[in-house]
Amino acid sequence: MAEQKAIAGAPKAGCACSNEAATQAISRGRLMLWLAAGLAVWILLYLAIEPGASWLIYDLFKLDRTDHLAASLAFFLYEAPRVLLLLVMVVFAVGIVRSFFTPERTRQMLAGKREFAGNVMAAGLGILTPFCTCSAVPLFIGFVETGIPLGVTFSFLIAAPMINEVALVLLFGMFGWKVTLLYVVTGLSIAILAGWIIGRLKLERHVEDWVYQVKMGETADTSRQLDFPGRVYYGLDAVREIVGKVWPYVLAGIAVGAAIHGYVPEGLMASFMGKDVWWAVPAAVLIGVPIYSNAAGIIPVMQALMEKGAALGTTLAFMMAVIGLSLPETIILRKVLKWPLIAAFLGVVAAGIIIVGYVFNAVL
Amino acid sequence: MKIKILGTGCTRCNSLEKTVREAVKELGYDVGVEHVTDFKKIMEYSLLMTPGLVIDEKVVSSGSVPKKDEIKKMIKTAMEAGK
Repeated sequence: MAEQKAIAGAPKAGCACSNEAATQAISRGRLMLWLAAGLAVWILLYLAIEPGASWLIYDLFKLDRTDHLAASLAFFLYEAPRVLLLLVMVVFAVGIVRSFFTPERTRQMLAGKREFAGNVMAAGLGILTPFCTCSAVPLFIGFVETGIPLGVTFSFLIAAPMINEVALVLLFGMFGWKVTLLYVVTGLSIAILAGWIIGRLKLERHVEDWVYQVKMGETADTSRQLDFPGRVYYGLDAVREIVGKVWPYVLAGIAVGAAIHGYVPEGLMASFMGKDVWWAVPAAVLIGVPIYSNAAGIIPVMQALMEKGAALGTTLAFMMAVIGLSLPETIILRKVLKWPLIAAFLGVVAAGIIIVGYVFNAVL
Repeated sequence: MKIKILGTGCTRCNSLEKTVREAVKELGYDVGVEHVTDFKKIMEYSLLMTPGLVIDEKVVSSGSVPKKDEIKKMIKTAMEAGK
């Protein structure tokens, strides 16, 4: 190692080019340069949004500031690029953080944990571990086989889809950091408590029998030890995959939000999503569970509805139900869970979300 | 030599199958590619994330779609090891 350093650091460039350590150092340096350039471009673009949008609307299109169309257009042209830029940045950063976590490692960390502490840890790891609904079954079996308690496994499975980076960016971009923080804290609490309750209910016999018959060997952790450039590429891949998938939903969501913003009269939503409508929260959850939309499409619409008089608790409950509970995930989980356990899972989580909705409607 | 894709019908599973088939074709090898969708069989390979790529009964990747060049390299290595 010391020898390599000496060669790489040698002023004579003659042979350094064939030295692997040296070429790696160059590509690393270049990578830092690219990252710095990317960050600079990002900041410039971000700063250009507001003047750019108002120039387009008021100078180029010459719209009047009191016009409905101007209000809608301003909303869209300001919010859409801002949210997309934030999305690129956050998904990249989260991708780099995620490259340190694999489901295999998460499973090792959760194995042999006590119930309540295990639920807390599982919910936290659910946010950090890369997860996709389509992997819910192998992950479930893998966890159960290792002896991770059922309730702890559920804490993971509840937190992982509910608190994801796309939802966080959209919440932060549209609602600001206070609502984002509320969402994260209540989402985590629901995951921890719902998992804990499911564990207490002793529903192990309602796991499909074949799950317990699976003989899993030693799981080969195929993830390689990544170096710094490897993690950067992992982050870029995440951007390509996630932002590449959700950008149409972001645009569509913000477009609908913009239309509501400009054209729906103030206070319209108060009559059926307002604070004083006692049935609004359970209705929001009931409607929200079967709806399957990603966070990108639903959050901008909800923000616009809240401006028109929908209460925060009802809005939060609806978003949690849509994002956290989904019909496709339930159908996938049916392969490993019998109906009573599915019902318990949906019931406990939905009850948690309803409580959150009522609490915030009452307090705020 | 036998290549298996462990997938559950997800988008990434299908894109892995496509990439693997292309890689095999480009290498000019006569290798069977099988897409396993039965959960019980998938779990025998004890992976936690789909899609999984199995070459000669060994899991070489899980939870991601490796680049085509990487897949080619994996197939070549397995081919040479098998000889």
